[in-house]
Amino acid sequence: MNEAQHDVLIIGAGGAGLRAAMAVVEANPDLSIGLVSKVYPMRSHTVAAEGGMAAVIKDNDAREHHIYDTISGSDWLADQDAVEMFVDEAPRELIQLEHWGCPWSREDSGHVAVRPFGGMQIERTWYAADKTGFHVLHALFQTSLQFSQITRYDEFFATSLLTADGRCQGCVALELRTGELHVMRANAVIICTGGFGRIFPFTTNGSIKTGDGLALAYRAGVALKDMEFVQYHPTGLPGTGILITEASRGEGGILLNNEGRRYLQDYDLGEPLDVHDPRHPQNRAMELGPRDRLSQAFMHEQAAGRTFDGEYGDYVQLDVRHLGEDRIDTRIPFVRELASNYAGIDPVVEPIPVRPVVHYTMGGIDTDVHGAATLPGLYAAGECACVSINGANRLGSNSLTELVVFGARAGRHAAAAVAGQQLSDGPEIDRQVAAERDRIAELRARPAGGERIAVIRDDLNTAMEAGAGIFRDEASLSACCATLRELEERVDRMSLDDTSPVYNTELISALEIDGMVDISRALAHAALDRTESRGSHQRTDYAARDDAHYLKHSMAYRTDGDPRIEYKDVVITRWPPADRVYGSSAGKDGK
Amino acid sequence: MSDTTVQLEVFRYRPDNGGPTYQSYEVPYHDDWVVLDALNYVKNYIDGSLSFRWSCRMGVCGSCGMQVNGEPSLTCAAFLRDHMPGPIRVEPLVNFPVERDLVVDINGFMEKLDHVKPYLVREDDDGDLSAEYVQTPTQLDRYKQFSMCINCMLCYAACPVIGRVDDFIGPAALALAQRYNLDSRDQGKQMRQDVIFQNEGIWECTFVGECSEVCPKHVDPAGAIQQAKLEGAFDYYKRLLTPWARRS
Ligand SMILES: Cc1cc2nc3c(=O)[nH]c(=O)nc-3n(C[C@H](O)[C@H](O)[C@H](O)COP(=O)(O)OP(=O)(O)OC[C@H]3O[C@@H](n4cnc5c(N)ncnc54)[C@H](O)[C@@H]3O)c2cc1C
Ligand code: SF4
Ligand code: FES
Repeated sequence: MNEAQHDVLIIGAGGAGLRAAMAVVEANPDLSIGLVSKVYPMRSHTVAAEGGMAAVIKDNDAREHHIYDTISGSDWLADQDAVEMFVDEAPRELIQLEHWGCPWSREDSGHVAVRPFGGMQIERTWYAADKTGFHVLHALFQTSLQFSQITRYDEFFATSLLTADGRCQGCVALELRTGELHVMRANAVIICTGGFGRIFPFTTNGSIKTGDGLALAYRAGVALKDMEFVQYHPTGLPGTGILITEASRGEGGILLNNEGRRYLQDYDLGEPLDVHDPRHPQNRAMELGPRDRLSQAFMHEQAAGRTFDGEYGDYVQLDVRHLGEDRIDTRIPFVRELASNYAGIDPVVEPIPVRPVVHYTMGGIDTDVHGAATLPGLYAAGECACVSINGANRLGSNSLTELVVFGARAGRHAAAAVAGQQLSDGPEIDRQVAAERDRIAELRARPAGGERIAVIRDDLNTAMEAGAGIFRDEASLSACCATLRELEERVDRMSLDDTSPVYNTELISALEIDGMVDISRALAHAALDRTESRGSHQRTDYAARDDAHYLKHSMAYRTDGDPRIEYKDVVITRWPPADRVYGSSAGKDGK
Repeated sequence: MSDTTVQLEVFRYRPDNGGPTYQSYEVPYHDDWVVLDALNYVKNYIDGSLSFRWSCRMGVCGSCGMQVNGEPSLTCAAFLRDHMPGPIRVEPLVNFPVERDLVVDINGFMEKLDHVKPYLVREDDDGDLSAEYVQTPTQLDRYKQFSMCINCMLCYAACPVIGRVDDFIGPAALALAQRYNLDSRDQGKQMRQDVIFQNEGIWECTFVGECSEVCPKHVDPAGAIQQAKLEGAFDYYKRLLTPWARRS
């Protein structure tokens, strides 16, 4: 068996993984880092982020405002100590990206420009036109090339974690090119594998966002936190689910129902201003309300018959025509490119059809503010982790910032923690490696003609959408849990068409779906047990927020049967739970 | 499901099992399907052993480049409707070694990117992160176009020089070098020029511009090469031929 050894092993080379790797170098240049990724780093889904990245930099802004927006946006489920660190470290991290070459859009003065974003009371979202994630990822990746301490394992798929003496000490990874397994050893492992939107049928997430890292940690006994909170972005293209960025509304775009009405005014999100009014768009109001509320408003409009009827389901219109061609081309050129290519619509002359689409997963691997999981030696950062700063609803443009703030934190902490640690040898590791080899060999050896992977995936997608979509209730969630139990059995009966060891992408899909069903069960059970509505988790049978019982993080643990759901208190420092007020009546910081 | 179908003729190759061959698949035709959708249909419902790369399905991750009817294309942006009535031939990108089916070996390409030192070089970087480097919109515009490359490698498949001069550093890597050379925050131009002009291929490039033609992101690598040559060659030769010039 192939073996490799590093001080720190990072699984995932998107924004979080690359930042973590460089943080290890900064903290201790003598450490060696293994960077494992199932795709070449620049293919990671961070590349798809469009709108921008939040940090307080302008004189009219203050840390208190960003903190308040994040906490109220989270419907008070974020841990406030984590949010404070996040907001305090964000500006430095974004300047670091600037020093690493990120081509931020600029004011005439040459200082970085900021734009308004949903749920933020002051414009603080840095952007690189509407390809922010693309530029951030490429800047991070290209910068990382100069550090010889980082050894890349591109197109290696991590299949399981290795633990010994109560510590995480590496992982097993499958090399796509050869089909061989590698034993990757390290005294610290940082999981940065991104989110899991792909458990749903209609999503902005790329095919690689299958939540593998969550399954790795979950199977190693670590809790998955707040899994029931899934963000629907209000503006995806019907059919493909391609994202039309919130920046289109930050720049002044409006949402219209089939009566031509800016329907958000009917959902406690404030009064619309004329699109030519210099005060439009208003921060934290109307089209710049938070995503959970906007997506829920769509569902109500749909139920009332006020949406348009389309080939790929109902939709509303996103109208940016009044911005004019010049502004569209300088501020949101990608929106024009995507709408023209994939919907045949030129937003300069026509409104864009949009509908809510699964976009971001707030839940993830339970970590503390250093990114450390409860299993010693294990860390997580980025969308796969739940620190939590996002709580029940993430604010747009906080996620890219989270990647670098907590990626760096995890890297620094891991670098310090590995000092003086020795890898354990012996039967404990060997046993796990052998078991993993057997698991994969058994999967490959199954006779053809079993369950088809794609059919299992389709059925998983259907079950999640039907049972755990924007609105949920006990009946829908119970049915979903039951279907997932069946799917777990069907996964054991799936078989492959592909018998080649080389580039067997079907084997990768099989390993992914196996984990997806597992973490979906955690999600469905956590949603079933949370009998309240908060942020993105809306129970029609429990419509109100219930702070007395549920101002708590759900913690899902894997068992041989159904997941076990426990709860952990939310950290409240200075912002006691209050109503979420949006619209022009809201004062600064909710006061 | 649509009533009409379209025929795909797909290049198949398994290094452990002979080949290559072409295999035909009949897939449903949809007006708004791209070639990648058709390939996924094959993989999901007809033949799970077909291997290819993809992720974003929105033309930004750069994974899904293949030859579609002989043209280097992003398969997530190549619509079936533009290739009707078919059959549509799908092959791996040319000018790269094939690993398996539609998957090519990109390690050589990755090394070329690395080669041009694609990062900001600053002599005065003291780790102070209290403020950003100032850069005006005009300064940004000088290199912006060259920063839009998604590393899809279509330009390498289109390049007539790569086919002949194997170690030619190639259009995307040269555009990337130029992206940093033109960045007002950078001080590493000299170092990059040395790499670029030691490379054989750049002199072979005839500016026919196939690379720019095929680029889905309008990066214009041919323009970058031309600029680099004009600006750089003179400097480079001056230093190479007249050692005393360096002292001045
Ligand atoms: C279309 C879109 C637009 C967005 N726009 C914004 C925005 O404007 N602002 C904002 O703040 N956020 C935005 N987001 C959210 C944000 O982009 C993501 O949350 C973030 O990029 C996730 O980064 P990551 O580093 O955690 O994971 P990713 O970038 O997804 O990277 C995951 C990495 O893990 C690797 N990996 C996964 N599984 C395995 C495995 N089993 N073995 C080995 N490697 C593995 C992958 O290869 C990859 O390198 C957007 C998201 C989408 C989908
Ligand atoms: S220059 Fe254009 S064609 Fe070449 S790799 Fe970059 S994006 Fe692709
Ligand atoms: S799948 Fe990402 S560019 Fe085509």
